[in-house]
Amino acid sequence: MGYNCVVLAKQVPDTHRITGQVMNDDGTVNRSALPAIFNPEDLNALEMALRIKDRFGGRVTVITMGLPNATKILRDALYRGADEAILVTDARAAASDTLATSYILSCAVRRLDYDIVLCGRQAIDGDTAQVGPQLAEKLGITQVTYVEAMEALEDRKITVRRNIGNGWQLVRAPLPVLLTVTGDAGEPRGSAARRMMRHKNARTLAEIEQSVKAANPTADEAAIKNLAKKEADALAQRGLLIPQWDLTALNADLNWCGRSGSPTKVHRIQSVVLAAKESKDIAPTEEGVAGMIHELIQDKIIA
Amino acid sequence: MGNFYRDNDDIRFLFRHIDLAPLANAFEEGYRFAKEFDYAPQNVDEAIRNYEMVLDSLGELCADFIAPRAESVDREGNTLNEDGSVTRPKGIAEDIEKLAQAEVMGFTLPHRFGGLNFPNLVYSMANEILSRADASLMNIFGLQGIAETINAFASEEIKQKYLPLFAEGKVTGAMVLTEPDAGSDLQAVKLRAYQDSQGNWFLHGVKRFITNGCGEVLLVLARSEPDRSGGMGLSLLLCEPGPTVHIRRLEDKLGIHGSPTCEIFFDNTPATLIGERQRGLVPYVMTLMNGARIGIAAQGVGIAEAAYRIARDYAASRRQFGVAIEKLPAVRDLLIDMKIAIEAGRALLYDTSRVVDLALAYNNQAENNPPADKDAAKKLKDNARVYKRYAGMLTPMSKYYCTEMCNRVAYDSIQVLGGSGFMRDYASERHARDARITTIYEGTSQLQVVAAVRGVCSGTAEKYLTELAALPYDPQVRDLLAKLAEGTQQLQAAIEFTKQQGNEYMDLHGRELVDVAIDLINGYLLCGQASTKVQMNVPIAGDGSSKSGQTIPMKQRKLLMARRYVEKNAPRIKALTELVRQGDKSTFSDYEALVGPVPEV
Repeated sequence: MGYNCVVLAKQVPDTHRITGQVMNDDGTVNRSALPAIFNPEDLNALEMALRIKDRFGGRVTVITMGLPNATKILRDALYRGADEAILVTDARAAASDTLATSYILSCAVRRLDYDIVLCGRQAIDGDTAQVGPQLAEKLGITQVTYVEAMEALEDRKITVRRNIGNGWQLVRAPLPVLLTVTGDAGEPRGSAARRMMRHKNARTLAEIEQSVKAANPTADEAAIKNLAKKEADALAQRGLLIPQWDLTALNADLNWCGRSGSPTKVHRIQSVVLAAKESKDIAPTEEGVAGMIHELIQDKIIA
Repeated sequence: MGNFYRDNDDIRFLFRHIDLAPLANAFEEGYRFAKEFDYAPQNVDEAIRNYEMVLDSLGELCADFIAPRAESVDREGNTLNEDGSVTRPKGIAEDIEKLAQAEVMGFTLPHRFGGLNFPNLVYSMANEILSRADASLMNIFGLQGIAETINAFASEEIKQKYLPLFAEGKVTGAMVLTEPDAGSDLQAVKLRAYQDSQGNWFLHGVKRFITNGCGEVLLVLARSEPDRSGGMGLSLLLCEPGPTVHIRRLEDKLGIHGSPTCEIFFDNTPATLIGERQRGLVPYVMTLMNGARIGIAAQGVGIAEAAYRIARDYAASRRQFGVAIEKLPAVRDLLIDMKIAIEAGRALLYDTSRVVDLALAYNNQAENNPPADKDAAKKLKDNARVYKRYAGMLTPMSKYYCTEMCNRVAYDSIQVLGGSGFMRDYASERHARDARITTIYEGTSQLQVVAAVRGVCSGTAEKYLTELAALPYDPQVRDLLAKLAEGTQQLQAAIEFTKQQGNEYMDLHGRELVDVAIDLINGYLLCGQASTKVQMNVPIAGDGSSKSGQTIPMKQRKLLMARRYVEKNAPRIKALTELVRQGDKSTFSDYEALVGPVPEV
């Protein structure tokens, strides 16, 4: 017995560390100025999957779609307890919006044997919260969003608690199911020492190609491919090659991928600068605080 | 997202400055374990990367999870339930679960039991980082020496049964040594161990002040030879909690509230003998205690680091007389002295851990895998013997210096905060309370001095100082080395004088002699750091006007630190050695007259 969980994770710029240098002059995000991190709510999704595995058994597979550098969060997932990690990467997938992304991910998830698909509610870069729900529709499975806890799992039925803003709701759903998980779900576990020691050398083919290229700047494409293949085979023997799927491997319809599969058009980008204009001293007394609260309610800053 | 490893530039510096390769090579025994265990390193670079990855990840756990719970742990404490079970504070229970998940509860255990097989030096770093987050948790995390003792002395069957459980964090241990009438003097242990007609062992009697006595694996020092008094009548036995193990009382303590201190009544408890009879105290418990002493030294450095940071932060933001108080000379002096004391303590602690690791490695190799060449084998044996002696002297020195230092630093942390420091709004008062036990348990400072002064007077300190003096140093520290050499001569003269006066005089002035020896060793270690090959830039204090922090090479900071340490200590060394040579014996002759009769309390 046991349940196979697939966790979808995204590497995102750490938007909590935004500084002055982070926006380009054209209003786009200068990704190189921000550290790339594991999207926080995806970590909560991974934690929920690992807890399901701890209690009931089964496997946890983590998928990320992105540039070869995103392999970093896959290693992180392996350190924390994932059984397998897969990188979906393809230059033809560049500029995918949520529709194209969910299509590509659906092709990837379909290749796996899954009972529960988990993703973070939303990513901290786009904040759309669309990919999870769209993916469930494409897979044709039940979805439960805003999940904060798993209450029960028996007879292939899962009961979860979902946040509905001003309270919560217990929802029971049949498997297979897709859950989008919020930051209120269990605190993500950290890396485990032996898992780090074991997986620290795990690489994807794309990463190996990058490092071979860097080490042999004059070698031609074929030689690099050849060297990388050798290194990848050696890693695979040690169980340290992270699988890498491209759109061809996924049998994806290219019309649905990348720019051509993305109807979203950015109308305008606005760089909003919030500057403190004036400050106000509030007396540290009951009256002072009451006056401030009253003012904030009047300004509809708090309800 | 904090990280108590990454935000500590001194630990990161020392990780690079100290040569870890010989330790990794020795512990991984030619990297032969990699064939069998996929997490064991294949080469020295991998081993050292493993050490740093684990410290980095532990640093994050400490900053983000453990430290934020420390205050509530301190307030909540442990609870003794009516059924005799102990409920840990919520935060500690959560911390233990996280540490188990992080797979760091078998830090030094061999790979084959699921341990990380890390050297003691890296374990000391981990203990320090964790103690900074919550000193009381260190009394559980830092008790890995119990598993280590089982690994060193127990039968294969016992090892197989318990060590994987320790490594997985499923069990915690306790060293069950102290009794109402046997504290510092463990030779007086009375708790009875006896056998039935089938040869099964049982324990009967009372133990008290047992740290984590509610743990799942208890190592009990007991009198197995009823007709033999002293240490030779004692054996070490292992038992588990059960209906015959009664926790009768939890102590209400000044500090380390997260750590349960238990009084235990063993009512004919079934037990298993560890190793051989009569070897319980020497060598088993002594070995265990030596490891634990280094752990407490690390706890001291961690508490000091935490206390210093609060003071440093407060001094930069608190304004009086129109300026931040760190501009006031008296406050600056306090802060600099705290910082240097911590880095000197850390230098001594890490060097001690390194020496302990080398002593273990040489001994292991000499016993199990000696070189074929006769001269090489002899040299290895000599090394094993010398390093064992160094370790025997440096261990009590570290315990003594680091724990006394952390009490001073925690005291001064409150002082920098003034009235606020006395309040519970800041953690300084908790650090001061937690610090207080460190100079007492695992052997008081006075006992550490007794243990260390033998090494100081028998030539071990001289030999070690000579070894340190012979290391390569940069020309910039030449004048400091001359001062240290002069101090060494003054120490030699004081030692000579002491030897003429006899053993009693040595114990009377042990503290001065050990203080001088430690100051000299630390002086060399800091000069070594000031001559480092490591290139690393560290930020200096800003003046508050610009956000861009200026940096200087760590080497430069260390040179300033070495200079201040050595120059300030030179007159102290002179004074202390002169004091010893005064030959004052009034402690013996005038005690009765000076202290008068026992007063009413």
